[in-house]
Amino acid sequence: MTTDQVIFIILSVFTLGTALLVVTLRNLFHAALALMATFLGVAGLYVMLDAGFLAAAQLLVYIGAISILLIFAIMMTRRLMNTTESAFNSQGGASLVTAVIGFLVIAWAVSQFSRVLPQVVQKQVDMKPMSPDVIPYIQSSVAAMGQAFVDPNGFVLPFEIASVLLLAGLIGAIIVAWPKAEDEES
Amino acid sequence: MSQEWQFIAIFIVLSPIFPAAPVILNHLLGPRKPNPIKQQTYECGIETVGDSWVQFKVQYYIYALVFVIFDIEAVFLFPIASAYDQLGLFAIIETVIFVVLLAMGLAYAWGRGALEWI
Repeated sequence: MTTDQVIFIILSVFTLGTALLVVTLRNLFHAALALMATFLGVAGLYVMLDAGFLAAAQLLVYIGAISILLIFAIMMTRRLMNTTESAFNSQGGASLVTAVIGFLVIAWAVSQFSRVLPQVVQKQVDMKPMSPDVIPYIQSSVAAMGQAFVDPNGFVLPFEIASVLLLAGLIGAIIVAWPKAEDEES
Repeated sequence: MSQEWQFIAIFIVLSPIFPAAPVILNHLLGPRKPNPIKQQTYECGIETVGDSWVQFKVQYYIYALVFVIFDIEAVFLFPIASAYDQLGLFAIIETVIFVVLLAMGLAYAWGRGALEWI
């Protein structure tokens, strides 16, 4: 077993274990903390795939921001810490069916991908780790993405649309969530 | 996986030692003479009245949401910043449009009073 495989197994066990805690813990706040650990494990898996920027974005956005949002949402619920309800409901059968279908779809997608995978893997093997060819490639991938964001032939329209989408999300959330004047008095 | 990530792995192993070492040393070396005044909660000055797990107001959520939006903006801007010296005027204008659009959202949130901490 190579070192990469050992690290992968540790990361997977960590990710799956904390994910299991998320759905089984009765205390919602503790579940949110476990979810942050799950995000961290997923970021580790991104690192294993050499997707450094994705891992950094995962840390910054999911662990740094989305988790805070979730925790604030949980803090708005009543009877936060004295939860007596079970974390399970009676929809186990339906979720089992959904999980099996989801697994089959992903397995099918991966099997389709595996046709092109050998070529990709060969390309990776050709580039030795830390060889002079690889380092500028890794360092420039983020810059290349930045260029693609603002390139007229690249993703400039999606980039600007993302900005509009974020703006709409921000204003929409404030309009929906801002307490109205009559609520303020009560 | 490239070798440079090994530094991160080393940091993950080493970093818990730094906060843990003073606490453990303190526990081992410090003299213990407890009295009721010493045992009181002193963090943030006053003792808690009632349950500290109170229901939060919705304004906190909006505050967090504004943070999420600008966190994502930072993620978008980072690749552009790292390619800054290779970009032309068009790219700069595009980025400025991106930032200004989100600044409008910030201005709206500000005007609405969403940034006031309660």
